[in-house]
Amino acid sequence: MKQKELDGYQEFVKGIWRENPVFVQVLGMCPMLAVTNSAMNAVVMGVATFFVLVASSFMISSLQHWIPRQVRISLYIVIIATFVTLADYTILATLPAAHKQLGAFIPLIVVNCMILGRQEAFASRFPVKYAVLDAVGMAGGFLFAMLALGSVREILGTGTLFDIPLFGKGFEPWVTMILPPGGFLTLGLILLFFNWVTKKRGEFLQQVATEREGL
Amino acid sequence: MSDNQTKEPGSATLILSMVLAGLISGVAIIGVFEATLPTITLNKAKELREAVFKVLPGVSKMQKLRFANGRLQVVEDNKVGEDVIYAGYDAEGKFIGYAVPSEGPGFQDTISLLYGYLPDQRKMVGMEILDSRETPGLGDKIFKDLEFVANFKDLSVDPTIVAVKKGKKAKPNEIDAITGATISSKAVVRIMNVARERWEKRLPPPGNEPELKL
Repeated sequence: MKQKELDGYQEFVKGIWRENPVFVQVLGMCPMLAVTNSAMNAVVMGVATFFVLVASSFMISSLQHWIPRQVRISLYIVIIATFVTLADYTILATLPAAHKQLGAFIPLIVVNCMILGRQEAFASRFPVKYAVLDAVGMAGGFLFAMLALGSVREILGTGTLFDIPLFGKGFEPWVTMILPPGGFLTLGLILLFFNWVTKKRGEFLQQVATEREGL
Repeated sequence: MSDNQTKEPGSATLILSMVLAGLISGVAIIGVFEATLPTITLNKAKELREAVFKVLPGVSKMQKLRFANGRLQVVEDNKVGEDVIYAGYDAEGKFIGYAVPSEGPGFQDTISLLYGYLPDQRKMVGMEILDSRETPGLGDKIFKDLEFVANFKDLSVDPTIVAVKKGKKAKPNEIDAITGATISSKAVVRIMNVARERWEKRLPPPGNEPELKL
């Protein structure tokens, strides 16, 4: 198998910003919209997804030479689902309150397309070290995105952050923000911001390049 | 390096790899289930005990009762259901009231709750939501909104509990519903009324409650 030059740092960093699974690849939208109504829920979900992605990337990358191509997707799903179940029971035993809030969404990590996508696109093709770095970066980017959305929605929707009141009694919560429309609204605005930043950055780089040519 | 790309593996290999993966996965899941089960059961039991003490002020001892063969019997198993009720006693073992568990459909999913009931005064003295998936920010006020929860601290159950628009509460058997969560508030009331009717005939007359078994 021909391999491209890998740089561990780049593989790690790309998931956080440049190829952020949520803001750039627009993957994993179901948990993104469903459980970001409070920062705490977003973090628990992000950490559970982090565990599942890193563990399955490690597993699948280690086993890549033994997994027959014809049944690889089914095997990926079996591996991912196993880790999700482990995470589900662990959260149920250690954080019953958070589990009550997230309920049905933890088992649904199985179908988070970001996770399956990383297995198919990266972990199954590259050495374990890079697969883990890539998974940590991507999961970190996902956690960052969850936290960003969860914080915005909780601050506007309930006037608190991690259940700590931020404003005085006069604050009227913007209830829409913690309902599904608030999720779409916040996500749309953040995506708008991301695309704007990317565009501006591109323009800037191009400008630098033309100026250099002119010299 | 494998040569999966060039050579086509036989069906047996494919089936074997799936079976193997399923087997390992199954063992791992059983392992974590067995490992976490005691903690989960313990958490649930603890949560329930705390809820019983919360809905019945002044209670320091409790026992589980089951309605079977026309009377209440003291039981110590972990089974729950519509026949189960909890009796609360004070430090001297004097009966105070019942904590009645009940569940029913809410706005999104089943709401299960526990309420404290004093049979001699025929009133409710507390309510605790055990499990619900109501809309965050609106429906979840049934346990987050302390004003709503306080409705049940001194509530007459006769003839039936009624939810009225917020601020309209006038009679001792009425509660203020939550603005924006009328369905959830009404669901709570309905679940309570169902449980109240179910237990109305089953409970012994006041004064004849089962003794605290030590």
